[in-house]
Amino acid sequence: MKAIQMTRDKSVTLGLLIVAFLILALLPQFTSGYLVTLLIDILKFAVLTVAWVVFSGPTGYMSLATAAFYGLGFYIAAVFSGTVPFPLLIMLAGASAFVVALGVGALTLRLRGVYFAIFTFALVLLVQNVVLEVERVVTQTRGRFVETVSTEGVYYAILIVFFLTILAAMLIRRSRYGLALQSIGEYEEAAAHSGINVVWTKVLTFATSAVFMGMAGAIIATRRTYIDPYIAFNLNTSFLPVLMAMFGGMGNLVGPVLGAALFTYIGEILLTRFPDLYMLIFGVVLIVSILFMPNGVLGLAQGVWRKMRGGGHAPS
Amino acid sequence: MIAFRDIFITGLLLGGIFALVSVGLTLQYGVARVLNVAHGEFIMVGAFMTFWLLGSANLNPLLSVAITGPVAFIMGFILHKTLFRRLMDTSPSLDIFEGKSLLASFGLLYVVQNLARIIWGSDVEGYNFLNSTVTAAQIPLNRLVALAFVVVLGGAFYFFLARTRLGKAIRASAQSPTTAELMGVDIRNVLAICFGLGLGLAAIAGSLLSTLFAIQTSIGLGYTVIAMVVVVMGGLGSITGAMIGGIILGLVSSTVTFFHPSLTMIAYYVIFIVLLLARPKGIMGK
Repeated sequence: MKAIQMTRDKSVTLGLLIVAFLILALLPQFTSGYLVTLLIDILKFAVLTVAWVVFSGPTGYMSLATAAFYGLGFYIAAVFSGTVPFPLLIMLAGASAFVVALGVGALTLRLRGVYFAIFTFALVLLVQNVVLEVERVVTQTRGRFVETVSTEGVYYAILIVFFLTILAAMLIRRSRYGLALQSIGEYEEAAAHSGINVVWTKVLTFATSAVFMGMAGAIIATRRTYIDPYIAFNLNTSFLPVLMAMFGGMGNLVGPVLGAALFTYIGEILLTRFPDLYMLIFGVVLIVSILFMPNGVLGLAQGVWRKMRGGGHAPS
Repeated sequence: MIAFRDIFITGLLLGGIFALVSVGLTLQYGVARVLNVAHGEFIMVGAFMTFWLLGSANLNPLLSVAITGPVAFIMGFILHKTLFRRLMDTSPSLDIFEGKSLLASFGLLYVVQNLARIIWGSDVEGYNFLNSTVTAAQIPLNRLVALAFVVVLGGAFYFFLARTRLGKAIRASAQSPTTAELMGVDIRNVLAICFGLGLGLAAIAGSLLSTLFAIQTSIGLGYTVIAMVVVVMGGLGSITGAMIGGIILGLVSSTVTFFHPSLTMIAYYVIFIVLLLARPKGIMGK
């Protein structure tokens, strides 16, 4: 009985996913340019947030290295743009992010708690400064130019990467790896004692999540004609996915996507209405959402729903 | 030889300022458990308040410390009582609280930096203060004055922690908040005081920095990173460690800057990363 229920749940989710994909894929044929541009932004943050949740959600290791892998994608795009076709460029960025993350993870994932957060925070700034210095000495410039791709091309690329990210996240969640990650987050020593290769599981998942960050970077880089280390390795790129995940709630995969969509949209409105006060209001929104929504928007909605139905019955 | 002497004196001075900044951060993280990434922004606020007081009221930059420090202390005290206290009460575990307070302080960074930009603009500002040299040694007078100031202030703060009742309560809370509370320490106030003291020290360091270097509303983050390096170097939560670490990093900074100025930032990060990997507990860590 339970098995049937589960397969039905699975096929419903898969069906919904396919419908969503079709709607999003056909959208550029019917709508204006602005909506597509906005969707590119939303999908970008959805990729980063879901990829971040894949590793940091279950394990509780707060990674602030997102900007490092995303920025790496930027630079792969800048270095190889024009010489390599677009799809290959994206794959190249994903592969290099994987390799770099494997190295970083192997070095640092023995750090626990806040040390890991501090380390990854510093890593972004280190890479930024090293790239700045290398460019200054070697190429004697500060930035680079990237060959642009049509808006539609970018849209489809980020859409495909988005669905790959979701698919990977779902597969990891439901596999043995997902359970292993969950148990690492709950009690790492116990996980190690029950036969999980803790280090390998953490490093491999960390590197897998970096693939999508790198790919997103390479795609979005083509939206800009000019990039420099400050644009590529921006700390906002590290912090925003964390906030979006918290804003949406990390209990399932809908939360992070919803969080990314809402947060990006709010940011967009603020940016157009109050260009001067944008960052200030954004800061206030961050603080308020951390303060008053400990379980994210989805958690808030569920709480309200439960109250409306009268009483705090646990779901049966 | 003269170069060596200059490197040494500049290093000590920078080290003293770094030590003030880092003791501030270690009070916030080690005791109040908030890894405040907005710490450097209060250095910037201190620097700009001093600059503004000099311009509008012609107040001596060294005397303005008596205003910038307490103002930042009050801001910190209120911030902890409202924002971080609430986070602490709603977080189910210390790990979650640490994560959330890190994110909240990132929001704070935005708010403080952008308020400052609205008030003071984003230009580079600066003023001349005691920049005549001491004739025999050719060392700028402002550096010597600032150095003396840092030494006195550091000594006074150390005395406060070592000898006074409140200092003892702070040290006890750093070791174990629960036990401290059981021994009758008013933990809620002590945590807020620690957070306030941290910001107060940052603002005072900012006031001193403004007598030495040009200032800008975007300087904060660089100093936050320096403070993090020093705090990890000294051992999270160790006040003596932060003082020693600050002076070491100051000497490293002045040496690297003398030979290759553009590598200073990279040197900080390299030291930081090597340290985290080799000895994450820090110099004074247990």
